[in-house]
Amino acid sequence: MTLTKAEMAECLFDELGLNKREAKELVELFFDEIREALAEGEDVKLSGFGNFTLREKSQRPGRNPKTGEEIPISARRVVTFRPGQKLKSRVEAYAGAEQ
Amino acid sequence: MQDRPTVTKSELIENLSRKQPHLAYKDVELAVKTLLEEMSNALSGGQRIEIRGFGSFSLHYRPPRVGRNPKTGESVALPGKYVPHFKPGKQLRECVNESEAS
Repeated sequence: MTLTKAEMAECLFDELGLNKREAKELVELFFDEIREALAEGEDVKLSGFGNFTLREKSQRPGRNPKTGEEIPISARRVVTFRPGQKLKSRVEAYAGAEQ
Repeated sequence: MQDRPTVTKSELIENLSRKQPHLAYKDVELAVKTLLEEMSNALSGGQRIEIRGFGSFSLHYRPPRVGRNPKTGESVALPGKYVPHFKPGKQLRECVNESEAS
């Protein structure tokens, strides 16, 4: 089972009484907004859930796994997600349920 | 660690609310909280989350290990656990990296 935008919109429709179009639009905008902030070089901190932070990676040596040829991996900016304490402990509890 | 400008949950709600003027601020606020709750529920129930163009959240397993109490040096058995993991989608990776070049 996987949670997707469609189910998230459905949830806003069921729980908040937004109409289907509004719900779909809001889910879309929610992720757009996070993406835009990150694209503009801002970190995004969602308390209780987690933080999306940007990290600068410097150039490092890489290899084409098919040909074995060495090619440098260029310097880049990447997004990392650090789950918040609340989410971490909720997810940890899942391990107990599985074993 | 460099200091970056940060967008918080309340700023995100304000931005969304400005873009959806036909919705009441309270509704946008409740919607954002509901979405985050829904996402947390999914992960804590062992479900994945897949958002095309943004990325996917899944659980990674950490096997049991022997840890140590840093104060007393005593060994403690730590059980296996799951941790949330986020993998950025192609579109997110590209737009974040492009902004760095400019």
